[in-house]
Amino acid sequence: MSKIISISKAIREGLYEEMKRDESVVVLGEDMADMGSVFGITQGFLDEFGPLRIMDTPISESGFTGMAVGMALRGLRPVTEWMYNDFITVCLDPVMNQAAKIRYMTGGQVKCPVVFRAPLGAGRRNAGQHSQCLEALFTHIPGLKVVCPSTAADAKGLIKASIRDDDPVVFLEHKLLYAKKEEIPDGEHIVELGKADIKRQGKDMTIITWSRQVYFALEAADKLAAQGIDVEVLDLRTLVPLDWEAIKTSVCKTHNVMTLEEGVRRGGVGAELSAEITEELFDELDSPVMRTAGANIVPPFSPPLEDVMFPHVDDIVRDAKKLLNA
Amino acid sequence: MSELGKYSKETLLSFYEKMVRARKFEETAADCFTKGMLAGNIHLGIGQEGCMVGAISALKDTDFVTTTHRGHGQGLCKGSSTDKFMAELFGKKTGYCKGKGGSMHIVDFAKGNLGANGIIGASIPIATGSALASKMKGDKHVTMCIFGDATSNQGTFHESINMAAAWKLPIVYVIENNGYGVSVPIEKVTNTSTLSVRAKAYDIPGKTIDGADVLNIYEEVSKAIERARKGDGPSLIEVKVYRWQGHYCGDPASYRPKEYMIEAHKNDPIVLFHDRLIAEKAATAAELKDIDKKVDAEMAAAVDFAVKSEYPDISEAFTDVYSVDNGRCVQR
Repeated sequence: MSKIISISKAIREGLYEEMKRDESVVVLGEDMADMGSVFGITQGFLDEFGPLRIMDTPISESGFTGMAVGMALRGLRPVTEWMYNDFITVCLDPVMNQAAKIRYMTGGQVKCPVVFRAPLGAGRRNAGQHSQCLEALFTHIPGLKVVCPSTAADAKGLIKASIRDDDPVVFLEHKLLYAKKEEIPDGEHIVELGKADIKRQGKDMTIITWSRQVYFALEAADKLAAQGIDVEVLDLRTLVPLDWEAIKTSVCKTHNVMTLEEGVRRGGVGAELSAEITEELFDELDSPVMRTAGANIVPPFSPPLEDVMFPHVDDIVRDAKKLLNA
Repeated sequence: MSELGKYSKETLLSFYEKMVRARKFEETAADCFTKGMLAGNIHLGIGQEGCMVGAISALKDTDFVTTTHRGHGQGLCKGSSTDKFMAELFGKKTGYCKGKGGSMHIVDFAKGNLGANGIIGASIPIATGSALASKMKGDKHVTMCIFGDATSNQGTFHESINMAAAWKLPIVYVIENNGYGVSVPIEKVTNTSTLSVRAKAYDIPGKTIDGADVLNIYEEVSKAIERARKGDGPSLIEVKVYRWQGHYCGDPASYRPKEYMIEAHKNDPIVLFHDRLIAEKAATAAELKDIDKKVDAEMAAAVDFAVKSEYPDISEAFTDVYSVDNGRCVQR
């Protein structure tokens, strides 16, 4: 049995089920309780769980993010929301210097099971401070896990796994996927962190991607198929831990690799993947790893400008053909 | 001034012993540091023992505290082992954090110490989160958040106290005001030298007290703790103390006027308490001397323990980054 729901509802359902299952799961953030969050993730939670399990905070990201760390040390499993991942700029310390490091710096005395949820991504004409994809920034910080679901089923399964995980997890949801309706399985559905998903089998090249770009990759793969190019699409789903085995298997099968991301190219996740693949699997490669990524610019406001900032289907098709000299 | 008669001899002697332990631990650590036995850096709270001991003694064992980069005495006062504290300063595997934290980051979670912190102001939301956890769980634990005067100019101070006040969280904020943020006098960067006035902005009790009188600090902080435990919310207590050393061990503190140290010595909380105990016949000089000797022996043993302990195995560098899937996450 299955049902069709939006990705935002899928996240809501996962969070709801975990709060029902485990009293230590609590939510705090801006507009979370009465409003049910700006993107509707926690609608109805206040009535269901009461004001001590879901709290509206003031606009004090540094304060409430740091408080979540303290709550986790005391045995709770807080889930916080930054309204946009761009707001990490005002609360990086509790994430980077506290949550990510506290287990290590205490010699393993404590764990810090916090989930920091935030929407990311461009396409809503929200300009430079509300449109970034900052997952690469988080993957650079040892101690954090980084999750970027693309589908409704994964969003539900991964939020549940993230809440149950004993480490701090940055859970990044693409805001243009929230309304997308997809099938999810009924009943308990958990997706283990660190497992990639082959979205399409192919033999000529592999596109390694995550989040919204998965859909662009699949559309590009259809177009390329019509031109006789058989593309494998690998959705990483989590960036830390990384499913290296899945990457390796696919690279050894297709021998041509494109990394595809919406975030900026310089220092992006694709740069890291390209380096790992080149170092570890050089003999398997028929061509240099191709990085298709966002431009190294500030997300622009004006629609035609924003549209050239991140890769679209035609860019992927063009780059794939270049990769294969086709 | 509070009356000695209100306290048992045992309690009075325990205050004295805890202050002496804090002082001697840091004198010993400074000696080891100067001799090149310690790596990195240490920050000393010598002169601030009245605040550490008065405030933390007012907590129950089951209560929580966050300390500071100048937090050796605070942690010891919460009941941690001198040996394991010293070993952590030496970076040895027998230290509280297996040598992975060092002086500025000692945590002894089992004793309710949620941690020293190397980032000024980071502990305030952590402590406030602990207090929110208590409220959510419905337990009766109080969290104390100790920090310095300079920290009260961080945004986290204002964000956290605002939330603690709005939600009546069981927490007590204690400012150890030693007058300096590294080299900068608080008055130079703040439009008041009485930091407890900031409590007014959040409509919570605020009080400034003398850091030389350990019993008065204990009593004032106890009232704030009881208020917090009853569910009436946070308080802000500023304790005026003197930081005898510079910001770090070896800092000549040439930015301070000479008068500062003259006042500091006049206000030595240990000497004042020692002399008062004898003058009011609460203890004899010989009894206090015995405590001094006992703590001296404890410090010698702690150094011996730390020196003889091994460094962590190299493999430890790669553990504890994650609780789950550590190997894979560290590899890539």
